[in-house]
This record gives sequence, C-alpha cells and structure tokens, in this order.
Amino acid sequence: AMSIGGTLSILRSDSYAELSQYRDQHFRGTRYDQERLLRKSCTLYVGNLSFYTTEEQIHELFGKSGDIKKVIMGLDKVKKTACGFCFVEYYARGDAENAMRYINGTRLDDRIIRTDWDAGFKEGRQYGRGRSGGQVRDEYRQDYDAGRGGYGKTVQ
Amino acid sequence: MSRRRHSDDSDAGQPHKRRRTSEPSEIEERLESLICRVGEKSNSSLESNLEGLAGVLEADLPNYKSKILRILCTVARLLPEKLTVYTTLVGLLNARNYNFGGEFVEAMIRQLKECLKVNMYNEAVHLVRFLSDLVNCHVIAAPSMVAMFENFVSVTQEEDVPQVRCDWYMFAFLSSLPWVGKELYEKKDAEMDRLLSQTESYLKRRQKIHVPMLQVWTADKPHPQEEYLDCLWSQIQKLKKDRWQERHILRPYLAFDSVLCEALQHNLPPFTPPPHTEDSVYPMPRVIFRMFDYTDDPEGPVMPGSHSVERFVIEENLHCIIKSHWKERKTCAAQLLSYPGNNKIPLNYHIVEVIFAELFQLPSPPHIEVMYTTLLIELCKLQPGSLPQVCRHSKGPAPPLSSDCDSSVLSDQAKKRLNDFAKSHCILSFDRSDCLTQDLEKPKPKFVREVLEKCMRLSYHQRIIDIVPASFSVLSPANPVCIYKYGDESNRSLPGYTVALCLTIAIKNKASNDEIFSILKDVPNPNQDDDDGEGFTFNPLKIEVFVQTLLHLAAKSFSHSFSALAKFHEVFKTLAESDEGKLHVLRVVYEVWKNHPQMIAVLVDKMIRTQIVDCAAVANWIFSSELAHDFTRFYIWEILHSTIRKMNKHVLKIHKELEETKARLARQHKRRDSDDDDDDDDRSTDREDGPLEEQIERLQEKVESAQSEQKNLFLVIFQRFIMLLTEHLVRCETGGIDVFTPWYKSCIERLQQIFLQHHQIIQQYMVTLENLLFTAELDHHILAVFQQFCALQA
Repeated sequence: AMSIGGTLSILRSDSYAELSQYRDQHFRGTRYDQERLLRKSCTLYVGNLSFYTTEEQIHELFGKSGDIKKVIMGLDKVKKTACGFCFVEYYARGDAENAMRYINGTRLDDRIIRTDWDAGFKEGRQYGRGRSGGQVRDEYRQDYDAGRGGYGKTVQ
Repeated sequence: MSRRRHSDDSDAGQPHKRRRTSEPSEIEERLESLICRVGEKSNSSLESNLEGLAGVLEADLPNYKSKILRILCTVARLLPEKLTVYTTLVGLLNARNYNFGGEFVEAMIRQLKECLKVNMYNEAVHLVRFLSDLVNCHVIAAPSMVAMFENFVSVTQEEDVPQVRCDWYMFAFLSSLPWVGKELYEKKDAEMDRLLSQTESYLKRRQKIHVPMLQVWTADKPHPQEEYLDCLWSQIQKLKKDRWQERHILRPYLAFDSVLCEALQHNLPPFTPPPHTEDSVYPMPRVIFRMFDYTDDPEGPVMPGSHSVERFVIEENLHCIIKSHWKERKTCAAQLLSYPGNNKIPLNYHIVEVIFAELFQLPSPPHIEVMYTTLLIELCKLQPGSLPQVCRHSKGPAPPLSSDCDSSVLSDQAKKRLNDFAKSHCILSFDRSDCLTQDLEKPKPKFVREVLEKCMRLSYHQRIIDIVPASFSVLSPANPVCIYKYGDESNRSLPGYTVALCLTIAIKNKASNDEIFSILKDVPNPNQDDDDGEGFTFNPLKIEVFVQTLLHLAAKSFSHSFSALAKFHEVFKTLAESDEGKLHVLRVVYEVWKNHPQMIAVLVDKMIRTQIVDCAAVANWIFSSELAHDFTRFYIWEILHSTIRKMNKHVLKIHKELEETKARLARQHKRRDSDDDDDDDDRSTDREDGPLEEQIERLQEKVESAQSEQKNLFLVIFQRFIMLLTEHLVRCETGGIDVFTPWYKSCIERLQQIFLQHHQIIQQYMVTLENLLFTAELDHHILAVFQQFCALQA
C-alpha cells in the first residue's frame, strides 16, 4: 500500500508551534476547553516588550508572518499605559504558527520577545494582573530594567 | 523467532530496543525511527550502523515487509539529502534478499508514476536520482537505467507539448549524472554519448524568452545568472571532460563493494513517461543565483567553480536540508552546519548563498521570507566567529547589506526582499557617500531610503535620526506625523474649515452617525451647481472635510484609527458609494498620512475589509497622478499586492463555502438513499433539499461575481500599466531621450512582478489578455514582458 501523501515523523516535528506548559489561571472553563481553544487559536500573547514599544512596531514585526486582524496593547490597570505585553490576532492560524516559528525569540526594541498561544482576547485581559497595576513579573523582580520601569515594584 | 535473532546479533552501535509484544503501530514507529536516524551523528561508523540496520531489517522482513517498503520509499522521496545512505541500505538488503530488492524497485516505479500523475515533479526527481544511484549499489542493472533515460530524453521529440515538460525530463536525466554518470558511461558509452548529443541539440533549440523575467541581477558581472538547464549542462560537460570523476558525494556503498558486487541486479521495467494532459503542471524554469566564487575567503578552502558538478550537488543538498527542516529553525541551522564537507568546501559561504538564492527566488521563495532571516540569526548564533562576516562579505554588485551595494543591478523584487531582510537586522554600513550626490531617484540612494524607512517602522523616528550620519540625513525618512489641513487658524479661509471645526467638536462629544450626516449636509458641492435632494452624490469636499477631521482626531495609533473607521462606517459607506467617492477617500487618506506609509497601508487594508473601498478603487488610486511622486516607493507595491492577495483569498473563501455546501447536499442525498424509507415522497425530499439548493445557487452567484471582480482587478492593473508605460515610451521617442530611465526600469519590473506573483490566477485570463490588452500593436518593450510570462509555462 503506497501512499504518496505519507510523511515521516521527523519531518512533522514542529516544536515552535506547539502549546507551551503555561495555562492562564484566570481562564473560565475546563482545562480541556482551554486546550481546545489554544489549539485552534489565531491569537498570540507577546511578552517581554519594552514599555515604549508601540502598536505600530508590533504591527510591522508581526505582519511579516501574515495579515494581522488586531493588536491589543497590554495596559497598566491603574495608569492605563503600556506595561510590556500585547495580543496579536491573525486572520489565519497558519500565520500565527509562522509567528511562533520565526518571530518568537527574536528581538524588538533590542529585547528578546516571547510569544505563546492565547485562548482568545476577552475584555479585561488587556490589563496587567500585578498588584500595582502592571504585570506580575514586574512586581517582584529584583533587577533594573530600563525598558520596564526600572526596578521591580516591591524593590521601589 | 525474531527475538532470538536479535539477541544473537552483535549490537553494532544501533540503539534499538529489545522487542517485546508491542502494538503494530509502535513497531512501525520504531522501524521508521531506526531508518530515519541512520546517518546521524553516532559513536559507531556509518558503515557499521548501516550493516547493523540491514541485519535488523532483514530479520523483520517476514513480518513487516510492506511497512519497511513503505518507509524506504518515503525516505527516498523525502530525504534526498541522505540519498547515498539509503541506496547503500537498499543495496545491502538486496544482497541479502534478492526478492526484496525486486519488490523495492517495483514499489519505487509505482511511486514515481504516481508522483508524475499528480504533478509532484520535485519529489519525482529525487526518486529518479535514487533509482540511478541504485545502479552504483548493484541493485539495478546499468543498461536498464540507460534505457529509462533514453525514454526520458525522447520526450524532447514529442510534438505539441509544453517546453517545460521536456525540460523536466531533461533535468531528471542530467541531474542524476553526478551520481551515476561514471557507471553508466563505463557500461554503455555509445548510448550515453548519443543521449548527451541529443541533450545538446535540445538545449540549443529550446526557447529562453523567460530568462529576463527570472533574473535577480540585471547585470552580468561578476556573477552571471544562468538559466538552470544551461548551468547544469555546463556542469555535466565539465564532469564528462573530467572523465566523470566526482569527489564530493559521500558514497558509503564503496566500503561494501565486496558484498554488493556479489548481489544479483534487477532490470528496471521499461518506463514510458506518462503522456501530457491538460492537468499537467510542470515546474517553472529557474535561474541560478550566485553571489560568491573562488576569490571569496582566500584563507579558507576554495569554493568549487560555478560549472563544477560539486557546486550543483552541494547546492541541491543544502536546499533539501532547508526543505526538510524549515519548521525547526535550530535543527535546520544545525543540519546545514553539519553538512559533510570535511573542511574541503567553504560551507558557510555555500549556506549563505543558498539562503539568499531562495530568498530572491522568483516568483516567490519556497518558504515564508521571515524564515530566512531567523534562520540566519540561528546560524550566526552557532558560528558567531565566522558566519556574520560572510553576510557582509560579498563584493561586486552584491554586498547585500552595505550601502555600497550597487543596487541598481538588483531587480525590484530582490531589492524589496533584501530591504525587508536588512531592516530585520538593521545592519547598514554607511561607507560611501556617493549616494548623496546622485539624484534621489537613482537606485542606490533610493534603496537606502527604503531600508531606513523600514527600519523606522521597527523602531521609531528619532532612533533613525540618531543613527544616520549627518551627511546621509537627506535619505532619512520623514517624521511620520499626520497632516491636517484644517489644523491651523491660518487655514480659516479654506472651504469647509468651519464644518471641520464643527465636526471635531461633535466627534469629541461622541456624536452619532446621523448627527455627522446633518453637519455634513451644509457642505457645498464644488462640482455641481445644485445638489440633488439628498445631497449625497459624489461631493469631494464633504469627503475631504470628514475624512481629514476624523483621521486627525484618531491619529494617535492604529487602534484609534480603526475604531474611528468602525464607528463611522455608515458615513464612510455613504460618502464613498460611487467609484469617484472611493477614489477620493483614498486620495484624502494619502494627503493626511503621506509621511506615514505604514499607516496608509493599514488604513487601506481596513477599508477594503470593511468594504468602504473596493480593490479596483485601490488599483486606480495607485495609478492616479496624485500618487505619481510615490509610484516607485516600496510601500505602494506592498499595498497593491496586499490588495490583490485579499481579492484572491476572498474568491477562494467563497469557492470553499460553495464546495462545502455542495458536499453537505451530497451527504444529505446519500443519507436519504441509504435510509430506504418508503414513506418518503418526492415533495418532502424537495423540501429538505430546498434550503441547501437555494444556498448553493446563491453561493454560485457569489463565486461568479467574485471571480468577475477579480478578473476586472487584474485587467485594470494591466491596463493602467500599459497606459503609463506607453506614455513614457512615446515621450522618450519624440524627445529623443533614452527609454531606460530608473523609473522605467522600476516600472517594467513591477509589471513583471504582478505576472510572477499571481501567475496561477493570471493564467486563467490568457486569452483575454492576448486579445484585449497585450495585442501585437503594443510597443514591443511592453509586449516582451507578456511574452516572457507566456514562456514560463510554454
């Protein structure tokens, strides 16, 4: 039984486009629902951005893997200013996969950015979840990061 | 039985597990894994691993023969970079089990026929090469291989077939010779000589009209861009002159010569190439891209010459590695860097050249462009001491990343891709300032400007200003601010100024669409003496005031602008109802945002998607006189191609919907037929079918209308190109000036780019194009482009 369409598992390997270990703890629904959504999502979470990175820069960088439907900048809940993350939604999942393969782990504003699958934007998710209004990671970190407001909030 | 055999076998370093009772699919996985991994880095030698694996597989033949056959056929097709590893393996198996060898050959022939039937020509070449290397492994008798090649070459005698069909069979024959030329020549020199002379006469008489369209450089120094078959023929001729001595290919079977030459060989069954059909689609011709030669890297190993067969083999293998591992950038980089060269070849140069060759390939790269930039980053990470220098190195027309680059010899497409590449690395060296004394339209300064503008998009304006040396500041991009004509008190006298103020206040106070309409009612129409009753015919001033004001208020970010478009969608739709209205909206967008091309692009995209403007309007706007100044800017073409792509995706989407609905109807029929319910009467089945059939009819209409819109878009674009180019040609002729200005060159290439990038769709319109637009009366300069395009699938 010869099958032209057959492939080899070593050639199917696509580790960059796989789900990571991270699961949003605030997700409303079962783990199963969450993973089902992640597997068909066209939306990516983008982290480790500089506070000064603009929507325009995101659009230009992530536009390289396909047409972008929407960019939602992450905001400090109190100050309503950019706090270093965003969501990028594509029209086609394949374009999001290519972003995971080729844009994740590259630089923007001289910072290595990180992308991960997101189950889909919902109102409220554009805000940081740290106590001070920004992202959790900026609450407790000890180092000085000029692009992310200097020292962590607890240090300040 | 087989378990005992395994424990008896000395473990030749193959990490295979002891088999317990396992699922068949597990066994298949394990077999596949064993086979795929042979040849990878190992503590044992390749020869002993192959020997061990052959033993394991031979033992499994009684139970798993068909699986093993399938896996081996698949690796032959999909892992051509490990060709000789697997031909050796098959050779060893054939020596141990003659019948298996025969069955394998038969399976390969079946697979080859299937590939040709479904237009998988690239994979078919790998199969042909595999078969030919099996001659070296004593699996296939040389005379029968020569006979197959005779049938391939005789395809060139067929009448009324596309040249690309003959090209493929010729390529399959020639490209196997580096592997098997020596053996075939030794056994059948007279026949081979005849084949080679038939090859020569075919290559002499074949058409090469397509070549200019596919070339990346437009000059021939220092690296001529040869047509791919011409280059391969030169390489084979040189190989023949060298008495078929080839030293690059790794041939593990040589170590097993004593075993293999004892084996019985099989004859290939007579192979008749499947006939040409209407559905046959052959690969397009290519041009070989080179950027390095033996003068590069004088410290290291010498680069094989452009007509050496080693160059061909190395490039083929590197391309295959990228094709195998494109999804896994770290693996891809590692596999490229571990290509066996034994320090005899300047591997880093080959890798960089192959990557750029793919990046610049016309009509489009085999993989998404961003993959190549990221791959180069991974390569530089693994070889930080040597690889980055290679990227900066090449001389002549192609130091890709320095402003030194004489980019006048780069085709526009190549420039665009290079530009995108350069901006991601933000590598620019400002070595020579002669860019500045030239007219800014000249390719060199133009290229630098475009790169800087793209760099700005990835960072921000002030950063670019800070980086660019003062002497180059004339090439820096404009500050991307919006231009609001009603902004200043001094513009009070402009018609519509007061309405603009009114609108501004209203919008800030969250006015509704209706309120906006009533404010706009007061705007006079400069075009007509009297409005009609409604006042909503094309009124350019209304459009101007509304769009200027809204865009200005929403200028803060893309999101703000998109929200504005969404909120006042109704107003937009009404104002832009007519074709002139749509065109004027686009004009105003440009006036407001001409300093921020990126913003223009995203706004146009949004307006198409929300149907404020249509694709034809965008095409007409791009060719309008208002945009003439920016006509050769890269962003204009990005907008046009993005527009065409949206149109194409739209057609595909509706088509898919139609097919899916038809399938649903078919399933419904099938369900009903199998239900066998006597109570069904005709009327009730009609009722069931009704809604679906209606839907299908509606979708059918939608598809037809979308396809007609798509065709119209291309016709508009071609028409406008012809008008523009003809104007220029006439002006030059009457003025006695040289036609080939930088603008003209750029324009012709943009036309070529339309043909190339969307060739599959445009093929559908050939008859219309020939009869309506690209007729014999057309200036030969323009007609040539069309003829080159026709030659691509001729």
